[in-house]
Amino acid sequence: MQGQPGQWNEHFEATIAHDRRIEPRDWMPDGYRKTMIRQIAQHAHSEIIGMQPEGNWITRAPSLRRKAILLAKVQDEAGHGMYLYSAAETLGADRRGMTEMLIAGRQKYSSIFNYPTLSYADVGVIGWLVDGAAICNQVPLCRSSYGPYARAMVRICKEESFHQRQGYELLLTMMRGTAAQKAMVQESVDRFWWPSLMMFGPPDDQSPNTERSMAWGIKRHTNDELRQRFVDMTVPQAEKLGVTLPDGELRWNAERGHYDFGEVDWAEFKAVVGGGGPCNAERIARRRAAHDEGAWVREAAVAHAEKKEGQSRNHAYPERTGLNADGPR
Amino acid sequence: MTAQRDWPLFEVFLRGKRGLNHVHVGSLHAPDPEMALRHARDLYCRRNEAVSIWVVPAAAITASSPDEKDPFFAPAGDKVYRHPTFYQIPDDVPHMLEVWL
Repeated sequence: MQGQPGQWNEHFEATIAHDRRIEPRDWMPDGYRKTMIRQIAQHAHSEIIGMQPEGNWITRAPSLRRKAILLAKVQDEAGHGMYLYSAAETLGADRRGMTEMLIAGRQKYSSIFNYPTLSYADVGVIGWLVDGAAICNQVPLCRSSYGPYARAMVRICKEESFHQRQGYELLLTMMRGTAAQKAMVQESVDRFWWPSLMMFGPPDDQSPNTERSMAWGIKRHTNDELRQRFVDMTVPQAEKLGVTLPDGELRWNAERGHYDFGEVDWAEFKAVVGGGGPCNAERIARRRAAHDEGAWVREAAVAHAEKKEGQSRNHAYPERTGLNADGPR
Repeated sequence: MTAQRDWPLFEVFLRGKRGLNHVHVGSLHAPDPEMALRHARDLYCRRNEAVSIWVVPAAAITASSPDEKDPFFAPAGDKVYRHPTFYQIPDDVPHMLEVWL
């Protein structure tokens, strides 16, 4: 490497200051690399664990159309996880290592996926509220200072809008149905509203890393800004749908030009993040089982690849090995 | 039995439609090139994003180093005469555009 550490840092800071992107092999401060790996890995894990709550309803979807949609959506979540693991790897994170950290409980994922999906309406509400909140969080990340992450986010955001729309359409359909179906939607909204607001993370005054992450272009808006944006977006959608958001303090504030809303139960948030949510253990156990049960497939694929490699080598140089492709192994 | 080795990394390039170059879109792990192609289709082409896919073992790529950036690309830096804008031509000379496309 040429130059001095001071110069590398200067170059890094200048790149950030000009709102240009940091690319994989650029010099970057250790703190930036670590923060970025942690954020991308958590995000990837959230996509992977996020397959479970909805996957729960694939076999019980009420029609072939709804089943095909749900399958496509869960497949997308897997894809999003893969894009993100691939982005984290460009920073030197190891794919196998990240999976191991997840199933050992040493890296986190979004707390929202630790809530159960008790009714089919939850599939719609997750699409509308959970994916809606995810979009609020993710659209600004398309301008993340780290190039591979920003590019993965562009791809993900394009696909997320299908997720949100299919959820809302599902709920609209149910709200045109029987009284029992309408009640099912309302009950689901009641359960998911507050956890959705928690998806934006702790309030700004309890988010010690926000300032540095903003300076580095890792975050573009604070948690509270994004939470407010989500509430403002969602209230008119709830009105159209004909459901009530479970917050007695929710009302338009003409002075601020925003909706006021009640205080999130941060004790619950801390408990769920800390492993005490309704489904934390179940989610990790399922992920670990999938990993273990898939081991023979990974091994067989490697064995097949090695066998074929051997064959093509022997085929290419039969005089060197004395074997041909059909010869003894 | 434990896996003998991790699946190697492949870089994925897509041609969005005929007439365009293949463009790098990301990477994936696969046991061999054939499986890498299939995974690339499932991972990067769920919505008709491509008419053609290349997968390349990441280890096979030789890249310029970002640390060499300035000296390595410097030769092009001072050759303004390679650009059409370097040449002053009176405005009334026809068919002598700076950009033809």
